Amino acid sequence: MTPLHLSSYTATSSLGRGLAANLEALREGRSGLVPCAFETVQLDTWIGEVAAVDGQKLPKTLARFDCRNNRLAQMTLETDGFADNVRAAILRYGKTRVGVFLGTSTSGILQTELAYRRRDPVSGALPEDFIYGTTHNSFSLAEFARDYFGLEGPAMAISTACSSSAKVFAAAARQIACGSIDAALVGGVDSLCLTTLYGFASLQLTSPTPCRPYDPARNGISIGEGGAFALLERAPARPEAGSILLLGTGESSDAYHMSSPHPEGLGARMAMEAALRSAGLNATDIDYLNLHGTATPANDAAEGKAVVALFGDRVPGSSTKGATGHTLGAAGAIEAIICALALTNDLLPGSPHTASLDPAIPIQYLLDSRSGKVRRALTNSFGFGGSNCSLVFGVAE
Amino acid sequence: MNATPLSAWIEGIGFLAPGLPDWPTTRAVLRGEQAYLGAPSVLPVPSLLPAAERRRASRIIKLTLAIGLEAATHAEADVSTLATVFSASGADGHNCHAICEQLASDDRQISPTRFHNSVHNAAAGYWGIATGSMAPSQVICAFNAGFGAGIIDALGQVIVDQQTTLLIAYDSEYPEPLHSKRPVPDVGGVALVLSPTRTARSLARITVTPSTAAADVLANAELEARRNDIPALRCLPLLQKLARGESGSVTVDYLRDMQLNMDLQLC
Repeated sequence: MTPLHLSSYTATSSLGRGLAANLEALREGRSGLVPCAFETVQLDTWIGEVAAVDGQKLPKTLARFDCRNNRLAQMTLETDGFADNVRAAILRYGKTRVGVFLGTSTSGILQTELAYRRRDPVSGALPEDFIYGTTHNSFSLAEFARDYFGLEGPAMAISTACSSSAKVFAAAARQIACGSIDAALVGGVDSLCLTTLYGFASLQLTSPTPCRPYDPARNGISIGEGGAFALLERAPARPEAGSILLLGTGESSDAYHMSSPHPEGLGARMAMEAALRSAGLNATDIDYLNLHGTATPANDAAEGKAVVALFGDRVPGSSTKGATGHTLGAAGAIEAIICALALTNDLLPGSPHTASLDPAIPIQYLLDSRSGKVRRALTNSFGFGGSNCSLVFGVAE
Repeated sequence: MNATPLSAWIEGIGFLAPGLPDWPTTRAVLRGEQAYLGAPSVLPVPSLLPAAERRRASRIIKLTLAIGLEAATHAEADVSTLATVFSASGADGHNCHAICEQLASDDRQISPTRFHNSVHNAAAGYWGIATGSMAPSQVICAFNAGFGAGIIDALGQVIVDQQTTLLIAYDSEYPEPLHSKRPVPDVGGVALVLSPTRTARSLARITVTPSTAAADVLANAELEARRNDIPALRCLPLLQKLARGESGSVTVDYLRDMQLNMDLQLC
């Protein structure tokens, strides 16, 4: 593919609000995970919660979008000057020429979960003030962002569970390549809710300890929430030094099982190979792998096999989910931004809570953060239903 | 920047909606050769799925397998290599209701199968298991704009990746109390096989451009009601042109301030 420029980007996670807070936490190897005390949830697990989300007030004209997920979306947009950069891009290109491609797995479903506690005792009806379309529905996030900026171009939400906000980069890149838009607002937001907390617990996939990706004793995920956005544009002929470029995208399907990865990591490997092919690069060109690394025994084993097959133990890699938690539909975008931070700060992020390396997975896994030159980074995102996406980013020199 | 038109060759069609069990029936109704008789959607048994998955298959799984396979068969396409774009307003509404009801009760221990079936991309996951296709699979949500959003991304894949792509746009109902908040009456959907090159099986060339015109409507009041209340059926004016063998343009509903002009040139 023709490289695209991430002309502006931002991320908010349990590590903090904005690039500086996330960078500092990653550098210091800090984790945002805490014992779960979300809402009325009673589960023996740890979560990555973003502070002060519910303090966000949406504009009056967009009140119909009010829910935790869109509050988190607004909070993320209004950080690092990102929203202003989007507005400037709209002035440059026009409001019909900027597309919206956002990923989420559960959008504002918390709103429905809460409404079900307030059903009419006689009729069973949901409360009058509950609005399905602009809160619970997965499109709510994309429509909120489109209306927030007064855009009149194409918009879609992508919801492929935990690969959602990686796949938005590929979908946006296709439309920019066709010339149907000049720029795209891409990203993802997922917020804590009961469906995912109790759901992953039902599958015995949540850990009672902070998650430990790639540790031989790993025993499940820690659910997190967060948001990340980027503005994608065509790259100038000579991008300014330090500019982050999307170099390649790769997508595949496992065609194996709804909630278990292909045991040999075949789908994962196909996605990474496709991303390298799309970038016109070889495995030896990659300096850092941001792994999906959920810390379930099956995910890390399968992904590890795919990484060994392609990269051996040559490329340092880590999952940053011990720091942020698994932010599900936002993970792809958050980890894309973590790659951008690695590329611009010569940072190889470590893996908080992972105590030792799994001898069964012979890759070069980073336990601790350290400095190192990163010119190109590849990030993996895999979701339920066997949906895989890998992205390759580079930095202009 | 020279724009590449969002264009592809339609190779196969699948369709299922209330009173319209397949594309041949729908085609006859849209041509005026057969009256439209409204009736609940009839979903075939998903025989392609392994027994365990077949037992767990919800109405949207049966719907998407039925229309996807109908379109692929029509196009003589190999489902094990087709890239797919799924687009829907929601996943399995009955499953979502059961989860929300249980989470509002004293016993919040939802079933693991219910949870993994709750993801928006459940239909795409089951499609992969049924067909063995490891090709890229997209899953979009655009509330009432699912057909438009789906065809935009499917055409992007056809053009940029030069890959024949199966678009499946579909919707389904919620039970009460969510039904009152999102009154989709029944399941319905359309599947189109879209090819980057013209082949012996090509039915028509479709080119999609933005428009601010009002969407075309259907003369038959009952069909027009389905076009409105099942979002994926916003495709019906396009299918009517295809059914009648007419070249020309229709406007299809997409988003506020952005409709889609669909130009059709029959082969």
